[in-house]
Amino acid sequence: MVEFTLPKNSRMKAGKIWPRPEGKDVRAVKIYRFDPDSGENPRVDTYYIDLADCGPMVLDALIKIKTEIDPTLSFRRSCREGICGSCAMNIDGINTLACLYGLDEMKGDVKIYPLPHMPVVKDLIPDLTHFYAQHASIMPWLETKTNRPAKEWRQSIEDRKKLDGLYECVMCASCSTSCPSYWWNGDRYLGPAALLHAYRWIIDSRDEATGERLDELEDPFKLYRCHTILNCTRTCPKGLNPAKAIAELKLMMVARKV
Amino acid sequence: MGYRTDRQRVEGLGSAKDGTTDWWQMRISAVALLVLVPLFVFPLARGLGADYDAVRAIYQNPFNAIVAILFFITILAHLRHGLQEVIMDYVPGKAMLTFALLTNTMLTTLIGVIGVFSVAKIAFGG
Repeated sequence: MVEFTLPKNSRMKAGKIWPRPEGKDVRAVKIYRFDPDSGENPRVDTYYIDLADCGPMVLDALIKIKTEIDPTLSFRRSCREGICGSCAMNIDGINTLACLYGLDEMKGDVKIYPLPHMPVVKDLIPDLTHFYAQHASIMPWLETKTNRPAKEWRQSIEDRKKLDGLYECVMCASCSTSCPSYWWNGDRYLGPAALLHAYRWIIDSRDEATGERLDELEDPFKLYRCHTILNCTRTCPKGLNPAKAIAELKLMMVARKV
Repeated sequence: MGYRTDRQRVEGLGSAKDGTTDWWQMRISAVALLVLVPLFVFPLARGLGADYDAVRAIYQNPFNAIVAILFFITILAHLRHGLQEVIMDYVPGKAMLTFALLTNTMLTTLIGVIGVFSVAKIAFGG
């Protein structure tokens, strides 16, 4: 459902301003804080870090703040090199991976919020349960009907190339949470990430459930809430193009009709 | 919420196996309008400020009348599809959504029929 204002208990309040250290290159980092146990509204805390004494990425700044300033700050992170997709958050107005976004890529204060329009578990940690269930619903595995071959399902080099630009998705949810259609109808619209994965299996030359997969997607809400505004493609930290995958799905829907 | 699983919530009532026709028809009507809009606007512009008989003469020309009728049918079909997308995006709740979609279909059909009837009346009215 469309919402243009935040619910009362989600409105942000001014937060704590932490002491500013001495140093030549001190940057303010403003971070969204929310603790469900406190019963208080979210707030934006301001931390100061000396960039001369910090790694180059936003994730380095977050780890520095958590280790040296405020251990209560919560965020997900794991691989710190853009492979696991854990540290997706809204940085400087763009959904991206904190580990891939350089502190030198923005001017002024560093503003960090959780992924937009998702329930917040704590601080920068969104609840992605529904997002993952949507991914599971598109059957992200090889479906076959022919008897299993003795050795392996073979694929030509050309057919394998069709999966490039799709298999790299790390399910960070940056794209889906940047999409207004997903904000307003995320309960029914599958969102760019799940649809990109659906397309990845539909064009896999080894998969034998193409028709069933398209049947499952053909729905005014599951697929057709996409209006090609391309926020997904613009925000993807891996440089993928979910909007193109969705457009290809729509063309396939027409192709099997006409 | 009860004890329903996340997957159960995602599955919902399953796929409607529909939506492609609406999406495709909207693309077709958009392309048709690229041709129909100029063909409709030029005779209309000629009639602006002209007297009653001159305007009647324009739409008694079969070509102009047929273009005008095609224009009304196509643009109202296009409008219905466009508004349907907006309604599905923004109108909350099943009851409100159903009501808005029905209203949209009825109003756009009504306006279209009025348009077609008006042109036919001029074209055939002696």
